[in-house]
Amino acid sequence: MAVERSLLEVNNLETGFRFGDVYHNAVDGVSLTLENNEILAIVGESGCGKSTLATSIMGLHDPKNTEIKGEVIYKDLNLLDLNEKLYNRIRGNDIGMIFQDPLGSLNPLMTIYNQISESLEYHSDLNEQQRKDRVLELLNQVGIPRPEQIMKNYPHELSGGMRQRVVIAIALANKPPVIIADEPTTALDVTIQAQILDLMVDIQDETGSGIILITHDLGVVAETADRVAVMYAGQIVEEAPVEELFANPKHPYTRSLLNSIPHELEDDDDELHVIHGTVPSLQKLPRKGCRFAPRIPWIPEEAHEENPVLHEISPNHKVRCTCWKHFHFEGEDK
Amino acid sequence: MAFLEVQNLKVHYPIRGGILNTIQDHVKAVDGVNLSIESGKTYGLVGESGSGKTTIGKTIIGLEKATAGKIIYEGENVTNKARSRKQKYANYNKDVQMIFQDATSSMNPKKRIIDVMAEPMQNYFDYTPQETKKRVAELLEIVGMNAEAMYKYPHEFSGGQRQRIGVARAVASDPKLIIADEPTSALDLSVQAQVLNFMRRIQKEYGLSYLFISHDLGVVQHMSDDIAIMHRGRFVEQGSKENIYNNPQHIYTKRLLSAIPDMDPTTRDAHKVERQRVEAEYDAQETEYYDPKGRVYDLQRFDEDHYVALKPEEPNASLQNEKVNRGGGN
Repeated sequence: MAVERSLLEVNNLETGFRFGDVYHNAVDGVSLTLENNEILAIVGESGCGKSTLATSIMGLHDPKNTEIKGEVIYKDLNLLDLNEKLYNRIRGNDIGMIFQDPLGSLNPLMTIYNQISESLEYHSDLNEQQRKDRVLELLNQVGIPRPEQIMKNYPHELSGGMRQRVVIAIALANKPPVIIADEPTTALDVTIQAQILDLMVDIQDETGSGIILITHDLGVVAETADRVAVMYAGQIVEEAPVEELFANPKHPYTRSLLNSIPHELEDDDDELHVIHGTVPSLQKLPRKGCRFAPRIPWIPEEAHEENPVLHEISPNHKVRCTCWKHFHFEGEDK
Repeated sequence: MAFLEVQNLKVHYPIRGGILNTIQDHVKAVDGVNLSIESGKTYGLVGESGSGKTTIGKTIIGLEKATAGKIIYEGENVTNKARSRKQKYANYNKDVQMIFQDATSSMNPKKRIIDVMAEPMQNYFDYTPQETKKRVAELLEIVGMNAEAMYKYPHEFSGGQRQRIGVARAVASDPKLIIADEPTSALDLSVQAQVLNFMRRIQKEYGLSYLFISHDLGVVQHMSDDIAIMHRGRFVEQGSKENIYNNPQHIYTKRLLSAIPDMDPTTRDAHKVERQRVEAEYDAQETEYYDPKGRVYDLQRFDEDHYVALKPEEPNASLQNEKVNRGGGN
């Protein structure tokens, strides 16, 4: 059957980190697709494996201490089979990455111009003048004022928002069809965050790339994403188009998260919703049964599936396990 | 009645340069701020990074020196006296405590929790070891932790637990005011909810006040009664939570509020248009809201419990304008 392939396809990806002689999976069976011209948000709290997923797709793990299984299909190639040399041709050229900490991902000893043109030098045959034009074009595109001067500056001379724009410019340099942005605005003030998010949406409109946006901020998701995948303990627990997810959250984890967002309280005695217990550590993660079950102990065991899988409960809306059907908040009637 | 008054506080850092390393100019981190704190209330201090909000908190507790202005605690001028060992400042030292953003680095990694928490008690109370232990257990219970936790070291806890221990330690000296500097910005949503809940419970139990410093407008709205918005070392708007959120007057406040992500994806486009409109207005009206040097104007009374830094109507009339001096003062 000839099916049109998605831009990027992740099939049953498992990333295990080595502890002594055993590998523990931080990403445990994640399957995703990314289409052209789409922003897919991956949401979850720290330790849920969302950044590990990104770095696995980019092939940034040390093979001595990690074990990666599954497939990452891009243009009929399984990226996980590539050797380092071939992977380097994909990184930056076909898949661009934007990191959280702009200062940490820029070289402090290189001017802005050199950092951006480095990637052009590596992946394209542009001559020096063309590279210079392209750098100026990129700096203009990401909204940096006075690009001729700024490109001679060093990272420490720029503000946090400006640095993040430079990092975005580097990611965009070769017009990659896929962009992975890992918490691109977490370190920034709200007004700068709004500008950067607008910028990413605009760039996507222009270039038609697919963006995987990794974030813990549900507000950022609501503002930018087309589709959302919620991750908990290495697995996707819910996946839906953004309007559907916010209007009809189903999985207990998604509902709990949405409920713990600080808001104005109606009654002085009201409290924010707190999720019972803590996120299990990698070594202690239960490998059987619903991983969220220990966080909702008031839901009877029978409500959970033995081996929870994602169920498509309405078109494009997938939820893991069956416990959502029986879920109610603690102390609340069903 | 206000028990702590901050009057016209200024914190300036010299910029040195030139051949003789002389003072060339000053960075005005805080430049003329008034604040009065009543018991049992929460004051939100909001601003972007570099606005000077942390400096205000640190100066009140004595970690930074005030260049000018006064901090009056229960009628006593305590400006820059936090390190004084004199008896008359003892209450101020005991009654004003702080919770830091990074709980890990604010605890000695070589001390057990009981030692971390007993330190403020040893400084201010004459507890016997048994009493100390009992009190530590009580405080841990208030923040939802087991008494056994006191024999562990800070690294054995998760970030949220450590921050709760930070809250418990701040309460240990039975303070009247806790300055909370971004207490939850390093925490996950569900953990943040827990810490905020405990902070509110403690407030009800002990009737203490918070100066809640944050860049997160959602958290501040959740926690505060009164809010001050800071920009460039000065307050641009100050007032009750309702006034600030529902009827913002200063363009900077409007800009900040419109930048908060909207939780409703269906109104995304309208929200974006509105945000960009406010942003354009901000750029266009800078001279209306800031003086030629880019300084924020003095606060003027706009309404009850609502003060806005607007341009004085006529240049000469500024002296006749009602001086903002909330809660009396001198």
